[in-house]
Amino acid sequence: MLLKRITEAAGVAGDEYEVRAVIRDELAGYSLKMKTDMLGNLIVSQNEEKPGPRIMLAAHMDEIGLMIVQIDNTGLLYFKAVGGIDPRVLVAKVVRVGKKKLPGVIGAKAIHLQRPEERLVPIPLESLYIDIGAKNKEDAEKVVSIGDYAVFDTEYETFGDGFAKGKSFDDRVGCAVLAEVMKETYHAPVYGVFTVSEEIGLRGAGVAAYAIDPQVAISLEGTTAHDVTDVEDHLVSTRCGAGPSLTFMDNSVISDRKLIQLAAKTAETLGIPYQYKNTATGGNDSGKMNQTRAGVPTIEIAVPTRYCHSPISVIHLEDYNNTIQLVKALIHAIETGGFEIK
Amino acid sequence: MMELKTLTKKIVTAYGPTGLETNVAHIIMDEIKPFVDSVRIDALGNVIAVKNGTGPKVMLAAHMDEIGIMVTHIDENGFLRFTNLGGLNPYVLLGTRCIFGNGTRGVYGAEKLEVGESLTLAKMYVDIGATSRAEAMEKVQIGDCAGADYECIDLGKRMVSKAMDDRIACVVLIETIKQLKNPAAECHFVFTVQEEVGLRGARTSAYAVDPDYGIAIDVTRTGDTPKGITMEVSLGKGPTVKVRDSSVLCHPAMIQYMKDVANKEGIPYQMEVLEAGGTDSGAIHLTKSGVPSGVMSIACRYIHTPSEMVDMDDVANGIKLMIALLQNTFPKV
Repeated sequence: MLLKRITEAAGVAGDEYEVRAVIRDELAGYSLKMKTDMLGNLIVSQNEEKPGPRIMLAAHMDEIGLMIVQIDNTGLLYFKAVGGIDPRVLVAKVVRVGKKKLPGVIGAKAIHLQRPEERLVPIPLESLYIDIGAKNKEDAEKVVSIGDYAVFDTEYETFGDGFAKGKSFDDRVGCAVLAEVMKETYHAPVYGVFTVSEEIGLRGAGVAAYAIDPQVAISLEGTTAHDVTDVEDHLVSTRCGAGPSLTFMDNSVISDRKLIQLAAKTAETLGIPYQYKNTATGGNDSGKMNQTRAGVPTIEIAVPTRYCHSPISVIHLEDYNNTIQLVKALIHAIETGGFEIK
Repeated sequence: MMELKTLTKKIVTAYGPTGLETNVAHIIMDEIKPFVDSVRIDALGNVIAVKNGTGPKVMLAAHMDEIGIMVTHIDENGFLRFTNLGGLNPYVLLGTRCIFGNGTRGVYGAEKLEVGESLTLAKMYVDIGATSRAEAMEKVQIGDCAGADYECIDLGKRMVSKAMDDRIACVVLIETIKQLKNPAAECHFVFTVQEEVGLRGARTSAYAVDPDYGIAIDVTRTGDTPKGITMEVSLGKGPTVKVRDSSVLCHPAMIQYMKDVANKEGIPYQMEVLEAGGTDSGAIHLTKSGVPSGVMSIACRYIHTPSEMVDMDDVANGIKLMIALLQNTFPKV
């Protein structure tokens, strides 16, 4: 099960090798060219030498996580956040530290010991630590080094009415969509790029796009869904189960209007539901692809994902499957002249 | 001057929020086509016009986009919620009008605020006079964009309009193209897209043009209004030679060149140090291995409101300076 393997792999920004291995393995049986570039982007392609619009797709392999920056005398590990983490979600979580995946817990003072005023404010990130059960600093240093990463320890599982929960659907669900999309045969040169370091500044996508020099680009994401509480309608970003989300704009990019229209029309033809993301915050790999060389028209297509950037996220599997169908059909529409290349 | 005012009215009142500059692009292309050796629209929508010359390659940039809004949600009573395209002050928007590409007009309203609560865009909406979601959707869809709906008024020496930022610079470039004879430089006039959201059109067009020098033309703030900001720029004292803003430190050789040419030709100018904001030169000067860049600004009051004011003498002198810059010899750097 790809979604299970890919979300349970560890891959904080800068350390995406496990995810890369899962994808290489998943696509090994297909006639695809695969290479890893200098920054660690995995570039999967077909029809490189053939005519037709060069189409680039990007999904980022990296997830938010923690990096160990200090080990104290009692053997506790202090850390920094890699990517945007809400410190309020960290307390009492189980994490896996380093390549050996040592279990650790993010500790905090038990409620019995807290003063009344301490109970009112979230504990700042600087005061949190990972307890790996070490006797002391020396003991801890035998198994952990400064610079090691830690990830949340979350199992993938389906539940409820077609939902799945797991770690880092942002953006492993995009990676899984892209892997499935690359199994299809196209006529045009299609480059599926599994990018690195998106969470810390869209870093992988820019250099990959420079190398590929695409004429049109699609980024595949797990994007924020906020359809669960008493949020006002106009502030709900996307809704789980309502289909793939098309993004008009966010802080990093304005999607090409004709590509949005083509994607919407393609979904309608397939009889797939779709939705427009109705908030414009955050950024995605399109932001860098759009600004590469002399400019590239882009679109972001995303699977709505609840609780992004926390230890656990939730998607609806129907959205996942519909996104795969939509993206495949959109590539076929582009390669058969559905989008004018300038 | 009448001709210049007529052209200004035509260009500044055109509809063109960030990301939807096609309409402005076509109006500009119609104006300049007979006067350039080539013109094209690139993948992101930038208009790139070339006047051949034997000298170095110079990129001149003015942005076509204006600040505006994009519709994100339409409620059951037909009110439109929106996100901003570029820097919008909610207090400035309240009670003003906007217009969509298809001519649909609306007014900005806001929810009732609690005592002491600040107005934010999330608490605002556009009222297009519809009484239901269905009625609203006959005119406006999610993703549609609107700009300010204000006429351009002529106050004599000065004119007031929405989108003076940065259409007045488009006017300067259009007139430069029309009047410029035998340029020393190979001139690439770029009317850029998406400046208001991060200099995006300038970044990609500069990559394509690969210029030896860059000059952006934009508007700048002034310090000449009652208890205003401290800034040595006034309306009517000539175009500015920019030293810096948040996006660029202008190349010293370009600053000197602009001053020298203005002095030689007897064109009034003022030095500009802008403490906030950026311009297309911010993107141009970082292109490939770097491009020596400068900026010429037109002083403008009430920037990012529907009533931006410029002095037409500054515009006329800006055109003169731009032409002179392209007919003289750019400095070795």
